[in-house]
Amino acid sequence: MARKLLLKNDHIAGINTLDVYQQHQGYEALKKALTMKSEDIVSEVQKSGLRGRGGAGFPTGMKWSFIAKPEGVPRYLVCNADESEPGTFKDRYLMEYHPHILIEGMIISCFALGANTGYIFIRGEYMFVLRKLEIALEEARKAGLLGKNILGSGFDCDIFVSPGAGAYICGEETALLEALEGKRGNPRMKPPFPAVKGLYQCPTVVNNVETLAAVVPILEMGGEEYAKIGIGKSTGTKLMSASGNINKPGVYEVEMGLTMQEFIYSDEYLGGIKNGKQLKACIPGGSSMPILPAYLVTKTINHEDRLLTYESINDGGFASGSMLGSGGFMIFDEDQCIVRNTWNLSRFYHHESCGQCSPCREGTGWLEKILYRIENGQAQMDDIDTLFKVQKGIDGNTICPLGEAAAWPVAAALRHFRDEFVWHVENPDLAQKQNYGLAKYAEMRPKPEPQPTN
Amino acid sequence: MSDTLKVTIDGQSIQVPMGTSILEAARMIGGKLVPPAMCYYKPLKGSGGKCRTCLVAVTQGSEKDPRPMPKLVPSCSTSVMDGMVVESAISERVTEARQSVTEFLLINHPLDCPVCDQAGECKLQDLSFEHGKSFTNYKEERRDNEPDDLGDKIKLNVNRCILCYRCVYAAEQLCGTRDHGVLYRGDHAEISTMIEKSLDSDFIGNVIDVCPVGALTDKTFRFRSRIWFTEQWNAHRSCDKCCGKVVLHKIDGQIARVSARKNEWDEVEEWICDTCRFDKKENEDWTIESKRVPKSKSVQTLNKYSDNSQSVYVKVEGLGSERPKELE
Amino acid sequence: MEKIKVNSSPPFSFNEENLLEAKRILAMYPEDRSKSALLRLLHIAQKQNNGFCSVGVMDYIADFLKIKPIEVYEVATFYTMYHLKPLGKHVFEFCQTATCATVGVEKIIDYTCNKLGIGIGETTHDGLFSIKTVECLGACGYAPMMQLGEDYVEHLTESKIDELIQNLRNQENG
Repeated sequence: MARKLLLKNDHIAGINTLDVYQQHQGYEALKKALTMKSEDIVSEVQKSGLRGRGGAGFPTGMKWSFIAKPEGVPRYLVCNADESEPGTFKDRYLMEYHPHILIEGMIISCFALGANTGYIFIRGEYMFVLRKLEIALEEARKAGLLGKNILGSGFDCDIFVSPGAGAYICGEETALLEALEGKRGNPRMKPPFPAVKGLYQCPTVVNNVETLAAVVPILEMGGEEYAKIGIGKSTGTKLMSASGNINKPGVYEVEMGLTMQEFIYSDEYLGGIKNGKQLKACIPGGSSMPILPAYLVTKTINHEDRLLTYESINDGGFASGSMLGSGGFMIFDEDQCIVRNTWNLSRFYHHESCGQCSPCREGTGWLEKILYRIENGQAQMDDIDTLFKVQKGIDGNTICPLGEAAAWPVAAALRHFRDEFVWHVENPDLAQKQNYGLAKYAEMRPKPEPQPTN
Repeated sequence: MSDTLKVTIDGQSIQVPMGTSILEAARMIGGKLVPPAMCYYKPLKGSGGKCRTCLVAVTQGSEKDPRPMPKLVPSCSTSVMDGMVVESAISERVTEARQSVTEFLLINHPLDCPVCDQAGECKLQDLSFEHGKSFTNYKEERRDNEPDDLGDKIKLNVNRCILCYRCVYAAEQLCGTRDHGVLYRGDHAEISTMIEKSLDSDFIGNVIDVCPVGALTDKTFRFRSRIWFTEQWNAHRSCDKCCGKVVLHKIDGQIARVSARKNEWDEVEEWICDTCRFDKKENEDWTIESKRVPKSKSVQTLNKYSDNSQSVYVKVEGLGSERPKELE
Repeated sequence: MEKIKVNSSPPFSFNEENLLEAKRILAMYPEDRSKSALLRLLHIAQKQNNGFCSVGVMDYIADFLKIKPIEVYEVATFYTMYHLKPLGKHVFEFCQTATCATVGVEKIIDYTCNKLGIGIGETTHDGLFSIKTVECLGACGYAPMMQLGEDYVEHLTESKIDELIQNLRNQENG
C-alpha cells in the first residue's frame, strides 16, 4: 500500500469538520510551526524539495524566499484554487473533503511569509465548495485558529475565500490577482513579479491548493523526511486527477516515482482501460501538456519505464515526452479521434483567451477554425501546415502561458498523430462516419540510435 | 555603481539611464533597429506589452548574468540591464515572430484601407509593409461588426481595432472619467461604452490621436480628403483648457482637421482639448506658425502630392536611403 | 455587439438578506479595496435577479462599490458566469470539454435538447429550462456532467436527465 500524506484520513467520516480533523492530529503541525522561527519553516519547505503542484513545478521554498519584505507594507498569501485546466479536479476534492488541511497549511505558510491575510481564490463554478470552505474557516475562527493572537502566539492571521466567475485565465497567477482586485482577468506584464508587487501592489505569494496543503505533512515529518519520498527532484506525493476511458476515474494520491504501467493498469489505481479496449493516447498533466501516443506512455523512447515524476514524464523533451503539469491525467482509448480531441481543446483555449495580446487573441481562434474544418471534412492539405505555423506563431510570443497552453496540444498532436490528420483531409466523407482507430500508435518502435558524444 | 547602463542593440552600443526600456534605448540609437510599437505609447502610463510587435531577442541578459533570455521579450516593457545584448532587426527569430504577429493583427482586420480615413498615417499599414508578409493562409471568415459612434464627433470602427488599449488609458488619464472600455474577451473583445452614450469630456478627442489604426476617427474630417493631400501647418491659439498648440490640416486653404502635434514616433507632444480640435475650424481662430513637416516617417512626410508651390521639400534623415525590405 | 439602451432595465437593489451578506463580504478586503468584492457581489445580485445580470444590476453594484459603471461592464462581460440575457429558471450548463466529450456528453446534450424541444442557448416556452454549453467545469473524473444552479450533476445518463426534468417540473407544480 502506497504512502499517503494529504489523503491519509480519506476514509474517516467527518474529516471535513474541525473536531474530527483535530482528533486525527489536525492543527498539530500549526502548533509546532508557531514555536519555530519563520525562516526555519521556509528552510524546511526548501529541504522538502516541494514543487508547485499547480502545473509549473517551480520549487515552493525558492518562491517563498523571493518575497520582498519592505517595512510597513503588508504581505499576502493567495491560494490558487481556480483549478480550471481541463482534466484537473484534485483541488476541488481536497477542499471539499479536507478543507482543514488547506487552512492549516495556509496559516503555517502565512506565518512563514509574515503575511497576516490569506485569500483563497476559487473558481466561480465551485460555489458549493466555497460554502464548505467558509464553514470550515468559521469553525477555525471560533476555535482561535484564525484571527488575533492565534493560539496565544501573538500572530494574527485571517483567511477569506473570493470567487472567480468563469475564466480559465484566472489560473495564471497575475490574472488571478487582477480578478481578486475585482478586475478583468488580464495577466500582468512580468516583471514586477508578485513576490515584489502582487495583490494591491504588495509582496504576494501565490500557491496552488495542493502545494499549500503539502506544507502540513512537511512540517509534521520534517523537510528531509518528506524529500526521501519520491525520486530525485520529484519529492513527496502528488494528487493525480484521472479521467477518460478508464475503469476507475477519480483523484489518487501517488508517491512520486510510481510507474505509469502500474498507475494505469493496476486495480489499486485506474484499473485499466474501460471495456477491455486498448490505450491510444494519454495526456498526463492537464490539457495544455503534450499528448503522448500509447507507445510512449508506459515506456520512454529508450524503452525505459516511464514514471510519475516531473523528470521521467519529460524524458525525451517534447519530441517524445510530455509534462506532469497539474496531474490532470486523461486517457483515450482506441475509439477516440485525436483530431476531434485537438479541436475540442483548441475551442476551449479560443474561448478562454483573455484577448489582451494579439498572438493568443487571434491565433487561438484561427487554430480552432482550421481544426474544425479538418474534423468536418472541409480542409485541404495545406491547412495542416498552416496549423503548424499558427501554433508556432503563438508559442513563446504571448504575455502569459495560455499561449503555450493553446499551442502545445496542437503541436504535439501533429507531431505524433500527423497521419490521422492527413487521413481526415484525404477522406473527408469517411472521416465523418468512422474513426481512424488505433493504427500503429501502440506499437513499440526501435530505440533511437545513441547520439555520438564527442 | 555608475548611473548609466550600457546596452548593445544589433551591434550598436549606447549608455542609458537606469529604468530605460529596450525600446526607448533603441529609439535613442535610431534607424532600422527600432522595434515597431503598436500599443506602447510613451505619454500614456501603463501602455505597452500587449501587441507583441516589439519583441526582441536578449542574447545576453547583463554583464553580471550573461545568460540569454529563453523567450523573446517585449522591448517596450523590458528594462535595460547593464551589459545587456539585444538583437532586433538582425535576428531571424525576431523577424519571424514579428511576421507572425503582424499576420495575427491582420487576419481579422477588414483591409478597407481605400475607404479608411487613417490610410497614410496608419501604423498598421506601416507595420505590415515593413514587417509583414505578402500573403496569408487565412481562409476563415473575418470579424464583421457594424461601425459605431462614440458621441457625435468620434467614429468607432471596431473591426479595425487592434485592442492596443491606448484609448482606454487616454480616457482614464486625461479625462478624469471613463465611459468606454474593453468589453467581452478573447477575439470578441471590443472597445465599447456598452450603453449608448456619448463620451463627454473636454479631452476625449485625444483618443483619435492615440489610436494607431482607423478604429477611432474624427467625424468632422470623415471622407474629406486623403491625409497626404492636406497641407499641414503648426498653429496656436490661446486656450484656457489646453496648450492650444496644434497642427492644422488644410484643404484649399480651409481648415479640414485639427490634431495634436506628434513627435517622430507619432506620439502626441502635448494634449489638446476638444474645443480646439473640433470647434475651431476657421482660419481666424488660429495664429499660424509655420509649415509643418511631420516628424514621423510616412507618406505625408514629403507632402509631395501637394501642388502648393510653397511646399517645402525636406529630406528626412533615414528615409530614402533606407528602403523597406523586398516583399517575399 | 448590440448596444443596450440605458432606460430599458428596471432598477435593482439588494434585499435585506443580501445587503447583510454584501457587508460581510466587503469586510474581507482592505477598506480602500472594496472593488475586490465586485465578482462576488455580482454573483449575489444576479442570483437575486433570477439569474440575469441586467444593466440595472450592474449599475447598482457600481454605485454600491462607488466605482464607474464601465468598470462593472468590463468585468461582467469578461466572465462567462454572468448572464447578460435572461435565461430560464433552471439552466442546464453542460460541460463540453476534453473528458466530458471523450465519454459522450454530446449524446446527452442532444437527448436533452430533443426532450425539451429546444436548441443550445435556447429557453423553453414556459421559461422553465435553458440549455447552455460551457467549457471545463473541473469535474472530469465524474464526466459527463453539468452545472445546475450552484450544484454539479455528475455521471449523467439519459435516465438521470429524465428524472431530473421530472423532479424540477413536479417542484414547480407542487
